Amino acid sequence: MAGTGEGKKEEADYKRLHSFPLIRHTDMPEEMRVETMELCVTACEKFATNNESAAKMIKESMDKKFGSSWHVVIGEGFGFEVTHEVKNLLYMFFGGSLAVCVWKCS
Amino acid sequence: MMLDEWALIKPADQLELTEAELKEEITRVLTANNPHAPQNIVRWSFKERTYKPILVIDQLAVHFVMEGSLVHQDSDEGRRQMAKEGVLEETLTVDTGVGFDEEEPETSVKINKHFAELNSDIYSSASKTDKKELKITNQFNFSERASQTLNNPLRDKSCHTEPPPRSNFSATATQWEIYDAYVEELQKQEKNKEKQKAIQTKENDDKSKKIMLMETQSNDVTKVGKAAKILERMVNQNLFDDIIQDFKYFEDESDEFRGQKGTLLPLWKFHYDKSRGLSVTALCWNKKYQDLFAVGMGSYDFNKQGHGMLVFYTLKNPSFPEYIYLTTSGVLCLDIHDQHSYLVAVGFYDGCVAVYNLKQKGAEPVYKSTAKTGKHTDPVWQVHWQNDDMDNNHNFYSVSSDGRVVSWTLVKNELVFTDIIRLTLNGVISEGPEGAQQPYIACGTAFDFHKQIDYLFLVGTEEGKIHKCSKTYSSQFLETYDAHSMAVDTVKWNHYHPKVFISCSSDWTVKIWDHTINTPVFTFDLNVAVGDVSWAPYSSTVFAAVTTDGTVHVFDLSINKYEALCQQSVVAKKTKLTHLEFNPIHPIIIVGDDRGYIISLKLSPNLRKEPKVRAVQSFQTRISADLQNYILFREDKVMPDIHYSGPTKHGRKQMAH
Repeated sequence: MAGTGEGKKEEADYKRLHSFPLIRHTDMPEEMRVETMELCVTACEKFATNNESAAKMIKESMDKKFGSSWHVVIGEGFGFEVTHEVKNLLYMFFGGSLAVCVWKCS
Repeated sequence: MMLDEWALIKPADQLELTEAELKEEITRVLTANNPHAPQNIVRWSFKERTYKPILVIDQLAVHFVMEGSLVHQDSDEGRRQMAKEGVLEETLTVDTGVGFDEEEPETSVKINKHFAELNSDIYSSASKTDKKELKITNQFNFSERASQTLNNPLRDKSCHTEPPPRSNFSATATQWEIYDAYVEELQKQEKNKEKQKAIQTKENDDKSKKIMLMETQSNDVTKVGKAAKILERMVNQNLFDDIIQDFKYFEDESDEFRGQKGTLLPLWKFHYDKSRGLSVTALCWNKKYQDLFAVGMGSYDFNKQGHGMLVFYTLKNPSFPEYIYLTTSGVLCLDIHDQHSYLVAVGFYDGCVAVYNLKQKGAEPVYKSTAKTGKHTDPVWQVHWQNDDMDNNHNFYSVSSDGRVVSWTLVKNELVFTDIIRLTLNGVISEGPEGAQQPYIACGTAFDFHKQIDYLFLVGTEEGKIHKCSKTYSSQFLETYDAHSMAVDTVKWNHYHPKVFISCSSDWTVKIWDHTINTPVFTFDLNVAVGDVSWAPYSSTVFAAVTTDGTVHVFDLSINKYEALCQQSVVAKKTKLTHLEFNPIHPIIIVGDDRGYIISLKLSPNLRKEPKVRAVQSFQTRISADLQNYILFREDKVMPDIHYSGPTKHGRKQMAH
């Protein structure tokens, strides 16, 4: 029981500690990166249970702000190889279990 | 059949026939008989006298008749026409008519004139005659012509903009990778925090250190320090340009009309604001950097003792000291090492001695004597560096009012002391109530070491005595001169003459001695307490003294044994001059007063004359190794024979430069 208790505690710790957005790879300029990251966080928090909606929201906002055409992938496990316009890619982790990849390719 | 097919179109007057009638075949036989010819023509025959039917009926019907114009060429008319036409007709008939004439003369063609004309083109080519036919204009004989201009050539052009650069990126997102990334990031953050803490603590340390430095040695702006220093010197050079010009080039030409007398030209005045209230208690030129000198600040007043200061000025920057050291006790004396010009020995009013190292940063001395390590119990009046001992340790001597002359050796981190001599009042009998014999302590106030004889030194005491001592005998004096009636302020060996020394005292006198003679050779009464006296480095006969009335006296014994060549008041009244020092190279002196000011003065040419060569050979024997430093332009200096009543009057040589 103690073991499971610790496990639970660890899990809680993990969730608490790993809730911050962690940028894994990006080639965006500083300003754009911050804005995109904030947008991703907002979208993922707003649609915590619906990745599709979150991705849609991110894509539409990015299209408005930085011009089309943006592509967004959100998921807990996936692999990808994409061609993107340089300076327009962001790959980040969020909330301990989500991976978000945002890129532009028109 | 034909009617069937064309039954629809019927002329109005067509006969109405029945089928049977229509189907009836009508046979028609075409004959040469004229159906319209009458068959029953009868003609009256006169022979038979009856009408007789005519059987042969003319079947011919004539529809058109035209009379022809062709004439047969063989006919008469044809011949006539041809004769009329001439040769053409003949040839024609010949050429064309050969076959016809012979074989079918009846059917030969008669060519009339028109026919010939129409075919003239053909015949003319065939004919061998030169006769020309007029060309008949033919309205159908024309040709069409057309031309085209060159069309502009067409060309295709196209361009592409370069697409925005692209690149590929691939990754996989899995739960374990996400987890690993987060863990790594957290560890990094923790490390950074630790580093920041370390840096912060370091910064704090630095800050506290800086504050300490700021308290003592202005702001420690190391990066711009050098540039600022150069700039400061440049500004000073511009500010004091006239003084620098005077220092380098000005020679008082009025000296020629002054006879033997000379003057002093005030140059820079040095003062440090924070040394207000302190008087100058010691001066010393740096032997290596001749523009740098050290000033000891303190107080001679028993009631005003407090902190002291050690400052270093350079002539290149008269407005601010190069180095500043605060001391807890007043500085009374100092000496800069001859070879290691960064080592400065200092004696304090509280009896301590210390060694400062200019190379090391920090406000504290590198060596300092403590109560445990044999510090003096009374003010230290003079310190003097010695040559390094046999272990190559630096060492210096000090003399104090407690009657001890102490040798200090710099060993690693500490000062090791050795008592050289204890001064006693010889001949003074204690008059204590018990009548016990107690050796009274004599207070040393000044000393100087012989330039050539290593062990020999002189000590001046507060009682006015001067003792000639040896480093090797600690118990007794080699000689005692009953020199002054008050404390001896300074005693100094002559730079050139190995037997001569000078002393001064508050009893208004300056005395010159031969150490082999008990009585002074010269006595000069300056009518006021003398603060300091110093031999000139360039001549054995020149010395200068400062008095408490603010006057500088310069003597040259080779010129005048009785009076000073120059007596010049250089400070305001009530200011006492305390010390004086000759620059080792430049013809200037610095004098310090009791208000903390240091004035540099340039000696006029009359005051820095060098004696003429008298007997170089005999003189050189008297010069030892110590003189070699000065040999180039000083080997010709001679101390006049002061034992005799009058100095030899020989011509004077102006200083070469």
